[in-house]
Amino acid sequence: MYEFIAFYVFAIATTILFLITVMSKNVLYAMSALAGGMVMISGFFFLLGADFLGVVQLIVYVGAVMALYAFAMMFFDATKDIKEKHQNPSLVFLLSGLMALLFVVMFSAPIIGDNVQALYPVVEGIGNAQAVGMVLFTKYLIPFEVAALMLLVAMIAGIILAGKKMDYSLTKCEAIDEEMDIEAIIKNEKGEA
Amino acid sequence: MLEIGVNHYLILSGLLFSIGLMGVLRRKNLLMLFFATEVMLNAVNIAFTAIGNYYGDLSGQMFAFFIIAVAASEVAVGLGLLIVLYKKYGSLDLDVISSMKG
Repeated sequence: MYEFIAFYVFAIATTILFLITVMSKNVLYAMSALAGGMVMISGFFFLLGADFLGVVQLIVYVGAVMALYAFAMMFFDATKDIKEKHQNPSLVFLLSGLMALLFVVMFSAPIIGDNVQALYPVVEGIGNAQAVGMVLFTKYLIPFEVAALMLLVAMIAGIILAGKKMDYSLTKCEAIDEEMDIEAIIKNEKGEA
Repeated sequence: MLEIGVNHYLILSGLLFSIGLMGVLRRKNLLMLFFATEVMLNAVNIAFTAIGNYYGDLSGQMFAFFIIAVAASEVAVGLGLLIVLYKKYGSLDLDVISSMKG
Protein backbone atom coordinates (compact mmCIF):
# COMPACT_ATOMS: atom_id res chain seq x y z
CA MET A 1 0.00 0.00 0.00
CA TYR A 2 2.79 2.40 0.91
CA GLU A 3 4.62 1.46 -2.25
CA PHE A 4 1.47 2.19 -4.24
CA ILE A 5 1.05 5.67 -2.78
CA ALA A 6 4.76 6.46 -3.00
CA PHE A 7 5.02 5.26 -6.59
CA TYR A 8 2.13 7.38 -7.80
CA VAL A 9 3.25 10.47 -5.87
CA PHE A 10 6.75 10.20 -7.31
CA ALA A 11 5.45 9.35 -10.78
CA ILE A 12 3.12 12.34 -10.98
CA ALA A 13 5.76 14.66 -9.52
CA THR A 14 8.50 13.56 -11.92
CA THR A 15 6.21 13.74 -14.94
CA ILE A 16 5.03 17.24 -14.12
CA LEU A 17 8.52 18.49 -13.27
CA PHE A 18 10.05 17.04 -16.43
CA LEU A 19 7.23 18.48 -18.51
CA ILE A 20 8.08 21.88 -17.01
CA THR A 21 11.73 21.25 -17.89
CA VAL A 22 10.87 20.50 -21.49
CA MET A 23 8.21 23.17 -22.04
CA SER A 24 9.46 26.13 -19.99
CA LYS A 25 10.87 29.19 -21.71
CA ASN A 26 13.00 30.30 -18.78
CA VAL A 27 16.33 28.53 -18.29
CA LEU A 28 16.23 29.00 -14.53
CA TYR A 29 12.76 27.43 -14.20
CA ALA A 30 13.76 24.54 -16.45
CA MET A 31 16.91 23.87 -14.42
CA SER A 32 15.10 24.02 -11.08
CA ALA A 33 12.39 21.69 -12.35
CA LEU A 34 15.05 19.28 -13.63
CA ALA A 35 16.78 19.25 -10.24
CA GLY A 36 13.48 18.60 -8.48
CA GLY A 37 12.62 15.81 -10.89
CA MET A 38 15.97 14.17 -10.25
CA VAL A 39 15.33 14.23 -6.48
CA MET A 40 12.00 12.56 -7.14
CA ILE A 41 13.66 9.94 -9.36
CA SER A 42 15.97 8.96 -6.51
CA GLY A 43 12.74 8.06 -4.66
CA PHE A 44 12.11 5.34 -7.26
CA PHE A 45 15.55 3.91 -6.63
CA PHE A 46 14.85 3.73 -2.91
CA LEU A 47 11.51 2.06 -3.64
CA LEU A 48 13.24 -0.51 -5.85
CA GLY A 49 15.71 -1.43 -3.12
CA ALA A 50 18.67 0.22 -4.84
CA ASP A 51 19.64 2.40 -1.90
CA PHE A 52 23.19 3.08 -3.01
CA LEU A 53 22.06 4.08 -6.49
CA GLY A 54 19.53 6.46 -4.96
CA VAL A 55 22.23 8.12 -2.88
CA VAL A 56 24.54 8.34 -5.90
CA GLN A 57 21.70 9.88 -7.91
CA LEU A 58 21.25 12.52 -5.21
CA ILE A 59 24.96 13.26 -4.86
CA VAL A 60 26.06 13.11 -8.49
CA TYR A 61 23.01 14.38 -10.35
CA VAL A 62 21.42 16.81 -7.96
CA GLY A 63 24.64 17.78 -6.25
CA ALA A 64 27.27 17.83 -8.98
CA VAL A 65 25.58 17.97 -12.38
CA MET A 66 22.99 20.56 -11.45
CA ALA A 67 25.62 22.65 -9.66
CA LEU A 68 27.68 22.49 -12.85
CA TYR A 69 24.68 23.67 -14.86
CA ALA A 70 24.12 26.45 -12.36
CA PHE A 71 27.74 27.57 -12.73
CA ALA A 72 27.54 27.39 -16.52
CA MET A 73 24.39 29.48 -16.46
CA MET A 74 26.40 32.31 -14.97
CA PHE A 75 28.11 32.56 -18.38
CA PHE A 76 24.81 32.86 -20.19
CA ASP A 77 22.04 35.33 -19.59
CA ALA A 78 19.56 33.27 -17.60
CA THR A 79 17.09 35.97 -16.71
CA LYS A 80 15.63 36.69 -20.11
CA ASP A 81 13.29 34.22 -21.75
CA ILE A 82 14.73 32.29 -24.64
CA LYS A 83 13.04 32.72 -27.97
CA GLU A 84 12.69 29.64 -30.06
CA LYS A 85 11.29 29.38 -33.52
CA HIS A 86 9.21 26.25 -33.78
CA GLN A 87 8.68 25.22 -37.32
CA ASN A 88 6.35 22.27 -36.87
CA PRO A 89 5.14 21.93 -33.28
CA SER A 90 2.22 19.62 -34.00
CA LEU A 91 4.51 17.12 -35.71
CA VAL A 92 6.75 17.01 -32.63
CA PHE A 93 3.81 16.34 -30.34
CA LEU A 94 2.47 13.71 -32.74
CA LEU A 95 5.81 11.90 -32.93
CA SER A 96 6.46 11.90 -29.19
CA GLY A 97 2.86 10.93 -28.46
CA LEU A 98 3.13 7.98 -30.83
CA MET A 99 6.43 7.06 -29.17
CA ALA A 100 4.82 7.19 -25.72
CA LEU A 101 1.89 5.07 -26.92
CA LEU A 102 4.30 2.55 -28.42
CA PHE A 103 6.26 2.30 -25.17
CA VAL A 104 3.11 1.83 -23.11
CA VAL A 105 1.80 -0.91 -25.42
CA MET A 106 5.20 -2.61 -25.44
CA PHE A 107 5.66 -2.55 -21.69
CA SER A 108 2.09 -3.35 -20.74
CA ALA A 109 2.28 -6.56 -22.79
CA PRO A 110 2.98 -9.57 -20.56
CA ILE A 111 6.65 -10.15 -19.93
CA ILE A 112 7.78 -12.87 -22.28
CA GLY A 113 11.31 -13.52 -21.06
CA ASP A 114 10.39 -15.49 -17.94
CA ASN A 115 13.32 -17.81 -18.43
CA VAL A 116 15.98 -15.14 -17.88
CA GLN A 117 18.44 -16.19 -15.20
CA ALA A 118 19.99 -13.68 -12.85
CA LEU A 119 23.70 -13.45 -13.62
CA TYR A 120 24.68 -11.72 -10.40
CA PRO A 121 21.84 -12.46 -8.01
CA VAL A 122 21.16 -10.23 -5.04
CA VAL A 123 22.85 -11.81 -2.01
CA GLU A 124 20.58 -12.14 0.99
CA GLY A 125 21.63 -10.83 4.36
CA ILE A 126 23.91 -7.98 3.32
CA GLY A 127 23.07 -4.39 2.53
CA ASN A 128 22.66 -2.99 -0.93
CA ALA A 129 25.84 -0.90 -0.81
CA GLN A 130 27.89 -3.94 0.18
CA ALA A 131 26.35 -6.10 -2.55
CA VAL A 132 26.95 -3.38 -5.13
CA GLY A 133 30.57 -3.07 -4.03
CA MET A 134 31.12 -6.81 -4.28
CA VAL A 135 29.82 -6.95 -7.85
CA LEU A 136 31.40 -3.66 -8.90
CA PHE A 137 34.91 -4.60 -7.75
CA THR A 138 34.87 -8.14 -9.14
CA LYS A 139 32.84 -8.48 -12.33
CA TYR A 140 32.74 -4.84 -13.35
CA LEU A 141 36.23 -3.82 -12.28
CA ILE A 142 37.53 -2.96 -15.77
CA PRO A 143 34.47 -0.90 -16.76
CA PHE A 144 34.80 0.86 -13.41
CA GLU A 145 38.43 1.78 -14.10
CA VAL A 146 37.58 2.86 -17.64
CA ALA A 147 34.82 5.05 -16.23
CA ALA A 148 37.33 6.62 -13.86
CA LEU A 149 39.67 7.33 -16.78
CA MET A 150 36.77 8.75 -18.78
CA LEU A 151 35.90 11.10 -15.92
CA LEU A 152 39.54 12.24 -15.77
CA VAL A 153 39.56 12.92 -19.51
CA ALA A 154 36.24 14.76 -19.23
CA MET A 155 37.59 16.87 -16.37
CA ILE A 156 40.69 17.88 -18.35
CA ALA A 157 38.58 18.60 -21.42
CA GLY A 158 36.18 20.71 -19.40
CA ILE A 159 38.98 22.72 -17.84
CA ILE A 160 40.69 23.33 -21.18
CA LEU A 161 37.48 24.21 -23.04
CA ALA A 162 36.05 26.51 -20.40
CA GLY A 163 39.39 27.94 -19.27
CA LYS A 164 40.38 29.42 -22.61
CA LYS A 165 40.18 33.21 -22.65
CA MET A 166 38.99 33.19 -19.07
CA ASP A 167 40.09 36.82 -18.66
CA TYR A 168 37.79 37.87 -21.50
CA SER A 169 34.48 38.96 -20.02
CA LEU A 170 31.43 38.34 -22.15
CA THR A 171 28.98 40.77 -20.62
CA LYS A 172 31.53 43.54 -20.23
CA CYS A 173 32.52 43.42 -23.88
CA GLU A 174 28.88 43.41 -24.97
CA ALA A 175 28.29 46.49 -22.85
CA ILE A 176 31.34 48.18 -24.39
CA ASP A 177 30.15 47.21 -27.87
CA GLU A 178 26.74 48.71 -27.18
CA GLU A 179 28.34 51.90 -25.91
CA MET A 180 30.49 52.09 -29.03
CA ASP A 181 27.41 51.53 -31.20
CA ILE A 182 25.60 54.34 -29.44
CA GLU A 183 28.62 56.62 -29.82
CA ALA A 184 28.81 55.80 -33.53
CA ILE A 185 25.11 56.58 -33.95
CA ILE A 186 25.54 59.87 -32.14
CA LYS A 187 28.53 60.74 -34.33
CA ASN A 188 26.56 59.87 -37.46
CA GLU A 189 23.66 62.01 -36.37
CA LYS A 190 26.06 64.89 -35.65
CA GLY A 191 27.66 64.41 -39.02
CA GLU A 192 24.28 64.49 -40.77
CA ALA A 193 23.23 67.53 -38.82
CA MET B 1 -4.26 -3.11 -8.81
CA LEU B 2 -2.55 -1.93 -5.65
CA GLU B 3 0.50 -4.04 -6.50
CA ILE B 4 3.27 -2.03 -8.15
CA GLY B 5 4.98 -4.36 -10.59
CA VAL B 6 7.82 -3.99 -13.04
CA ASN B 7 5.36 -2.91 -15.73
CA HIS B 8 4.42 0.22 -13.80
CA TYR B 9 8.04 1.27 -13.67
CA LEU B 10 8.63 0.43 -17.32
CA ILE B 11 5.59 2.40 -18.47
CA LEU B 12 6.66 5.37 -16.37
CA SER B 13 10.15 5.12 -17.79
CA GLY B 14 8.74 5.03 -21.31
CA LEU B 15 6.62 8.11 -20.64
CA LEU B 16 9.58 10.03 -19.20
CA PHE B 17 11.71 8.98 -22.17
CA SER B 18 9.02 10.29 -24.51
CA ILE B 19 8.96 13.59 -22.61
CA GLY B 20 12.73 13.83 -23.09
CA LEU B 21 12.36 12.95 -26.76
CA MET B 22 9.76 15.66 -27.17
CA GLY B 23 12.23 18.09 -25.62
CA VAL B 24 15.02 17.03 -27.94
CA LEU B 25 12.74 17.40 -30.95
CA ARG B 26 11.23 20.79 -30.12
CA ARG B 27 14.04 22.64 -28.35
CA LYS B 28 16.21 25.06 -30.29
CA ASN B 29 18.37 26.27 -27.41
CA LEU B 30 21.44 24.09 -26.81
CA LEU B 31 21.28 24.33 -23.02
CA MET B 32 17.65 23.20 -23.09
CA LEU B 33 18.64 20.32 -25.36
CA PHE B 34 21.10 19.23 -22.69
CA PHE B 35 18.33 19.27 -20.09
CA ALA B 36 16.17 17.11 -22.34
CA THR B 37 18.96 14.54 -22.74
CA GLU B 38 19.32 14.41 -18.96
CA VAL B 39 15.62 13.58 -18.74
CA MET B 40 16.08 10.74 -21.21
CA LEU B 41 19.11 9.33 -19.34
CA ASN B 42 17.19 9.37 -16.07
CA ALA B 43 14.25 7.57 -17.64
CA VAL B 44 16.55 4.82 -18.87
CA ASN B 45 18.09 4.52 -15.39
CA ILE B 46 14.66 3.84 -13.90
CA ALA B 47 14.03 1.10 -16.46
CA PHE B 48 17.41 -0.55 -15.77
CA THR B 49 16.88 -0.55 -12.02
CA ALA B 50 13.30 -1.82 -12.28
CA ILE B 51 14.29 -4.73 -14.50
CA GLY B 52 17.25 -5.52 -12.25
CA ASN B 53 14.91 -5.56 -9.28
CA TYR B 54 12.45 -7.80 -11.16
CA TYR B 55 15.06 -10.43 -11.92
CA GLY B 56 16.82 -10.09 -8.58
CA ASP B 57 19.96 -9.11 -10.48
CA LEU B 58 22.49 -6.43 -9.67
CA SER B 59 23.59 -5.85 -13.28
CA GLY B 60 20.78 -3.38 -13.83
CA GLN B 61 22.08 -1.18 -11.04
CA MET B 62 25.63 -1.49 -12.41
CA PHE B 63 24.55 -0.21 -15.79
CA ALA B 64 22.70 2.64 -14.10
CA PHE B 65 25.94 3.57 -12.32
CA PHE B 66 27.88 3.64 -15.56
CA ILE B 67 25.14 5.71 -17.19
CA ILE B 68 25.47 8.22 -14.36
CA ALA B 69 29.25 8.33 -14.89
CA VAL B 70 28.78 8.88 -18.64
CA ALA B 71 26.20 11.59 -17.99
CA ALA B 72 28.53 13.39 -15.58
CA SER B 73 31.42 13.45 -18.07
CA GLU B 74 29.06 14.40 -20.90
CA VAL B 75 27.92 17.40 -18.90
CA ALA B 76 31.50 18.46 -18.14
CA VAL B 77 32.62 18.34 -21.78
CA GLY B 78 29.31 19.63 -23.15
CA LEU B 79 29.22 22.68 -20.92
CA GLY B 80 32.79 23.52 -21.89
CA LEU B 81 31.76 23.36 -25.53
CA LEU B 82 28.68 25.46 -24.83
CA ILE B 83 30.82 28.16 -23.24
CA VAL B 84 33.15 28.16 -26.26
CA LEU B 85 30.18 28.38 -28.62
CA TYR B 86 28.66 31.21 -26.61
CA LYS B 87 31.94 33.11 -26.71
CA LYS B 88 32.11 32.64 -30.47
CA TYR B 89 28.53 33.38 -31.50
CA GLY B 90 27.01 35.17 -28.52
CA SER B 91 24.01 32.89 -28.63
CA LEU B 92 23.08 29.28 -28.02
CA ASP B 93 20.24 29.17 -30.51
CA LEU B 94 20.66 26.42 -33.08
CA ASP B 95 19.24 28.62 -35.86
CA VAL B 96 21.87 31.27 -35.13
CA ILE B 97 24.92 29.05 -34.78
CA SER B 98 24.17 26.74 -37.70
CA SER B 99 26.79 27.44 -40.35
CA MET B 100 25.93 24.84 -42.97
CA LYS B 101 23.25 25.54 -45.53
CA GLY B 102 20.70 22.81 -45.97
